[in-house]
Amino acid sequence: MLILTCPCCGVAADETELAPGGEAHLKRFGPGSSEDAFEGYLFLRQNPRGVHFERWRHAYGCGKWFHAARSTTTMEVFGTYSAQVTEPPPEITAKIAAAGKPTA
Amino acid sequence: MKRYSAFAIAREALRNHTGWDRAWASPEPKKRYDVIIVGAGGHGLATAYYLGKNFGITNVAVLEKGWLGGGNTGRNTTIIRSNYLQDPSAAIYEKSRSLYETLSQDLNYNIMFSPRGVIMLAQTEHEVRGYKRTAHANALQGVKTEYITPKRVKELVPIIALDGPRYPVLGGLWQARGGTARHDAVAWGYARACSAMGMDIIQRCEVTGVTRDGGKVTGVTTTRGDIGCDKLGIVVAGHSGHLADMAGFRLPIESVALQALVSEPIKPCMDVVVMANTVHGYMSQSDKGEMVIGGGADGYNNYTQRGSFHHIEETVRALIETFPMISRLKMLRQWGGIVDMTGDRSPILSKTPVDGVFINCGWGTGGFKAIPGSGWAMAELMAKGTSPLADAFSLGRFREGRFIDESVAAGVAH
Repeated sequence: MLILTCPCCGVAADETELAPGGEAHLKRFGPGSSEDAFEGYLFLRQNPRGVHFERWRHAYGCGKWFHAARSTTTMEVFGTYSAQVTEPPPEITAKIAAAGKPTA
Repeated sequence: MKRYSAFAIAREALRNHTGWDRAWASPEPKKRYDVIIVGAGGHGLATAYYLGKNFGITNVAVLEKGWLGGGNTGRNTTIIRSNYLQDPSAAIYEKSRSLYETLSQDLNYNIMFSPRGVIMLAQTEHEVRGYKRTAHANALQGVKTEYITPKRVKELVPIIALDGPRYPVLGGLWQARGGTARHDAVAWGYARACSAMGMDIIQRCEVTGVTRDGGKVTGVTTTRGDIGCDKLGIVVAGHSGHLADMAGFRLPIESVALQALVSEPIKPCMDVVVMANTVHGYMSQSDKGEMVIGGGADGYNNYTQRGSFHHIEETVRALIETFPMISRLKMLRQWGGIVDMTGDRSPILSKTPVDGVFINCGWGTGGFKAIPGSGWAMAELMAKGTSPLADAFSLGRFREGRFIDESVAAGVAH
């Protein structure tokens, strides 16, 4: 079972406690943006075969949103971090680089 | 290709079965083909087959990184139905279902199509209204379905518990000509027919790149060398995003794991397919007697072909309420496949931003039923550039807001 440590309350939560929230760090585009940008934001996804940055909510715990970096091919978790950032923090990217995984 | 027939069996019985040919050839890849299809699953092979049969295009290679039919074609629960709400869906799924009716004869390969009937249970007031609406829509679309009462459900499925503690059965959407088929045989039958037309099916050949010249495709690089082509069809289900990335465009698709399981074989007890979508479980009995069980997909991206254990628990828990007699069944095996989910839960059959590259993906949790229709439409799209069955499913529909929204209407456990 997938276990993620919630960075908000510190609980190592089982998958059944968590609600997945899809790809993280989407750049939002609204009225006035180009059609390409708006389509990209609304529909197109990286869907990587490798490290995926994603949103989770500790639904049956503290209820807070957070981010996780997880490999979609090995299920390895490279860490969880605050939802209040727009890109993965350096310690997470360093860990991924140390494991020799591309982050694209 | 030697035809399979009762006479052939008798002939071979008399000579110790020494005269059977291999069902399909395993040639080395040529330098160039008119059309390359990536993915030798049901959809890819059906596309190749109808390219040859309907349009006479036989200089075709079907490339497969693993083994033929080893992806979702060999991992699904083999349900065939066409009781969709939206017109474009009903058109392509009904085309597919009608092709299944005669596919064994068409391919000269027994795919064991069994139109035993499919019931989708209505277990909430919302589902009752939804399925009545679908039945009316199907009547207008020419798809034969009917809304049936709990009494009729019980007649069709004697082992069902109508008064389940949580979700009593309030009715059902019944498609008498829905059913199941032998999933491997569908892939094998198409492969044999493609091979007989002179097409090359190349297994253990992974595509590693798509070569382009000025926005037009020129070929692919593979683990077995470079192969040129005029047209490229990407038909790789869960790995569509990966292939699209090689070709230089993005897709509105996320890949997630979907699981199924089968029980030990038991005596015949249920001769229809039952889908219980409120509680996320569906079940049928295979010809071997195993209860074939499917459930909901995981909620997060995954390429590992294994899913979350708690989803199996949820599915089985729900089905035990609906079918109390299965509570003591031992489960024999469980497996997962990677399904490609679009936002509106409808597939994508489309040209792409790269000239000459076509994509067929996004069938999500319900691709098996669509194999013949999908191949038919994709072949037409690749040969003529347009297809009445496929056009509504273009990539542009997301941008233009023309969703074919089956996410609530299909009533499938997503």
